[in-house]
Amino acid sequence: MAIEYGSAARSRMIGRTMIYSGLIGLAAFYLMPLWVMVVTSLKPLDEIYGGSFIGLPKVLTFEAWAKAWSQACIGTACTGLKPYFINSLMMVVPAVLLSTGIGALNGYVLTKWRFKGSNLIFGLLLFGCFLPFQAVILPMAQVLGRLGLSGTIPGLVLVHTVYGICFTTLFFRNYFVTIPDELTKAAQIDGAGFFRIFFSIMLPAALPIMVVSCIWQFTQIWNDFLFGVSFTAGESSPVTVALNNVVNVTMGRKQYNVDMAAAMIAALPTLFVYVVAGRYFVRGLTAGAVKG
Amino acid sequence: MARKKSIADRFADWLPRLVLAPSLLAVIVGVYLFIAWTGWISVSSSKMVPQYDFVGLEQYYRLWATPRWHTAVANLFIFSALFLAVTIAVGLIMAILLDQNIRAEGALRAVYLYPMALSFIVTGTAWKWILNPNLGIQKVVNGLGWESFVFNWITQPDFAIYTIVIAAVWQSSGFAMAIFLAGLRGIDNSVIKAAQIEGASLPRIYASIIVPMLRPAFLSVIVLLSYISIKNFDLVLAMTNGGPGSATEVPSTFMFSSVFRRNQMGVGAASAIMMLMTVAAIIIPYLYSELKEGRDGH
Amino acid sequence: MATLEIDRVRKAYGTMEVLKEVSISIGSGDFLVLLGPSGCGKSTLLNMIAGLETITGGEIRIDGDTVNDLSPKDRDIAMVFQSYALYPTMTVRQNIEFGMKIRGVPTAERERATRDAAELLQMSHLLDRKPSQLSGGQRQRVAMGRALVRHPKLFLFDEPLSNLDAKLRVDMRTEIKRLHQRLGTTIVYVTHDQIEAMTLATRVAVMKDGIVQHLDEPQAVYDRPANVYVARFVGSPAMNIIPGRLEDGPSGPALVMDQPNGGESRISGVVVSDDARQRYAGQPVLVGIRPEGFSVSAGGPDCVEAMIEVVEPTGPDTLANFTLGGTDVIARLAPLAVRAGQTAKLAVETAKVVLFDPKTELRID
Repeated sequence: MAIEYGSAARSRMIGRTMIYSGLIGLAAFYLMPLWVMVVTSLKPLDEIYGGSFIGLPKVLTFEAWAKAWSQACIGTACTGLKPYFINSLMMVVPAVLLSTGIGALNGYVLTKWRFKGSNLIFGLLLFGCFLPFQAVILPMAQVLGRLGLSGTIPGLVLVHTVYGICFTTLFFRNYFVTIPDELTKAAQIDGAGFFRIFFSIMLPAALPIMVVSCIWQFTQIWNDFLFGVSFTAGESSPVTVALNNVVNVTMGRKQYNVDMAAAMIAALPTLFVYVVAGRYFVRGLTAGAVKG
Repeated sequence: MARKKSIADRFADWLPRLVLAPSLLAVIVGVYLFIAWTGWISVSSSKMVPQYDFVGLEQYYRLWATPRWHTAVANLFIFSALFLAVTIAVGLIMAILLDQNIRAEGALRAVYLYPMALSFIVTGTAWKWILNPNLGIQKVVNGLGWESFVFNWITQPDFAIYTIVIAAVWQSSGFAMAIFLAGLRGIDNSVIKAAQIEGASLPRIYASIIVPMLRPAFLSVIVLLSYISIKNFDLVLAMTNGGPGSATEVPSTFMFSSVFRRNQMGVGAASAIMMLMTVAAIIIPYLYSELKEGRDGH
Repeated sequence: MATLEIDRVRKAYGTMEVLKEVSISIGSGDFLVLLGPSGCGKSTLLNMIAGLETITGGEIRIDGDTVNDLSPKDRDIAMVFQSYALYPTMTVRQNIEFGMKIRGVPTAERERATRDAAELLQMSHLLDRKPSQLSGGQRQRVAMGRALVRHPKLFLFDEPLSNLDAKLRVDMRTEIKRLHQRLGTTIVYVTHDQIEAMTLATRVAVMKDGIVQHLDEPQAVYDRPANVYVARFVGSPAMNIIPGRLEDGPSGPALVMDQPNGGESRISGVVVSDDARQRYAGQPVLVGIRPEGFSVSAGGPDCVEAMIEVVEPTGPDTLANFTLGGTDVIARLAPLAVRAGQTAKLAVETAKVVLFDPKTELRID
């Protein structure tokens, strides 16, 4: 018996080793692009053209970051990403707050104040989560033009809010469904009305899903490219559009270090949120796959 | 004696509907009316600006007579098939490995998932650089002594689409992993114990018992990845901009360039409607089944 | 304290009728239990009394006032829910004070009412905790406290003990009974547990398929159930319903039931009204005998022969299973009174035998 125990233990050891080496190998694959981006952005251009790709910089310099932030050319304007980064902030903050607030109210109505046809309304909203936006950009461009909002940040806020409502409503609806209806009934008997119940009881209980919704919306809107490139031009573009322009400038020797620094700058806000609140980010991701 | 409903009570009855009304209006206009509007443009003679005449299915004929559109559709199929297969395989393997009582599970999970937090433009920029034939991965391998190693797919019309698959898998497999892992965690442990007592080996247990139990997770992953691959736009634009030539054109980039670069608004609208119909064919049955199950569950 | 009249109340969802002309009226201080299996409409009825569901037809009157069109907050009621429905982000004190705050009760009064309720329910030490920090029984107390402070006309309880474990359920049951005796409030209480109904109620309404099957005092429901359904629903083990025949002879009416060995058992001395005696003489009837209606006997005209198949000792008594009239019968006997495999003579307490019509399943009077 002792021998068999020994061989079982050994094969277990081998199994564990294989599992861990698989996991670590995969981790290396996922980390490699980030590593390459960071080290490239910290190298002088000559070193890059000299053939240094994956290695640490021999000469550490933040020049590329400074250039990407305030000097790189987007089209003809050599302002760096800074103004576009600010554009993205000005767009993302109101759009996140609006879509989350409206989604919370919608989810509350759709679970606690159901009426005839409310399920149909939910279905209509739900399809909006999976809308290929190509199917609406032409009319949206027309409407934004008539409203005098084309090429403006408020225009993008409007667009992101309208299409964001679908996802935020789904989040809150699926969350409020798990809160017993008896809670609203008890509050009604206590004399609380629609808004009182929402603000005093539902919203305080919905804190986790508010975080999920805000993070999801922040990531989606910050990372959006299609709306940005379709509805804005020049200096009102969000940072993703500006990044794409920086990278695709073809004049002169290609400044890979500046490209990578610019990509890092555009990625940092969402990466930061991911590192700080990854747990909620995952919940947002999987929310599209949970039962309605 | 009977007291009648007060006006305040009547208003309270309608309040929920009033609260929902603006969102409903926004979605009806922003989604459904706009789809109809796009549909209208697709049957008009619109070129640079929208024309509201009627030319029947002319734009659709024109669309299907465009070789670039054929390339785009073929690319979509190649991309989707490979992207789904590889992403699901990698995601499932990661989820199963992570499910073996791994010490640093949280940290590893975070590493596998962080690409999902990035913009496709960032991902595309990074991978374009990594796959750069002169200075990227190829050079590293050459430097290790394998002088003849060539990895210049991104500049080869026949291979460029595969580089986009690589980047897309890198970005999305963590997402598949998250859903599979959630599915694995939802499986009752006693099932595994029962199978172990029956003498089944661990790989056997996974292959015959656990993976089949992940059916709902598979369904979700397949549908959501299909949706990602149809609307994939930013990644192609950032990595190859549809090139070399039109080798990596996909429907979403085709639509965009028709409208914004080639002044073929009608053809662009027709391609958008084709995309929409493809998505709807996948998503609507999925949503229907999800909602139905959800209702049965209550 | 108030009276409650439910007058031909109907509830329909589309074409599906869940309550069919339900009429119940109770006096001030009554404890009405709506008893029935899930889906019988008892919770719907309670929600309609509360104003949480609309009334399709009929009227509900509290203290003589029709409340059909009043919203819950204007009905002067309080309700305790199965899931307790405590507001999760508020402390116990805030939970209890929430309703008073909305109604603009002055702070001093609010605090006094909360203190009184907390003392009454022995939960003064819990006031600053969150619901998540409480046990099931404590949550139930808080839910009751929240209802108590309002001094409503009517208390509504919706399966309040279902989420508690068995031991706690018994304790809380006593607690509710004590509260009712002390405060004398009118209560409507919904449950599927017949023991709760028996122990708590002053009036029981047994419901099934949206119809009140039997409305009476609990003992009357137990002793003289209106139909076979009620007979089987109330009491555990349930009343034995044995197919048999009523025979009328010179020595008075007798019940004849088949024995498994092909013979017959005959019980005489049954109390039957003259009318029933005429109508059912020589006819099949269903014989309802409570398990405790049997006792071991030396023999006599009120005895049946029982081939005991299984005995289940419960401690205070023994449940003996045997076959009579082609059906399984359970008798509640003294401990160790019989053994399995033995043939025993069991006397039937004829005064408590209830007869039912085999077709309508209604009690024969």
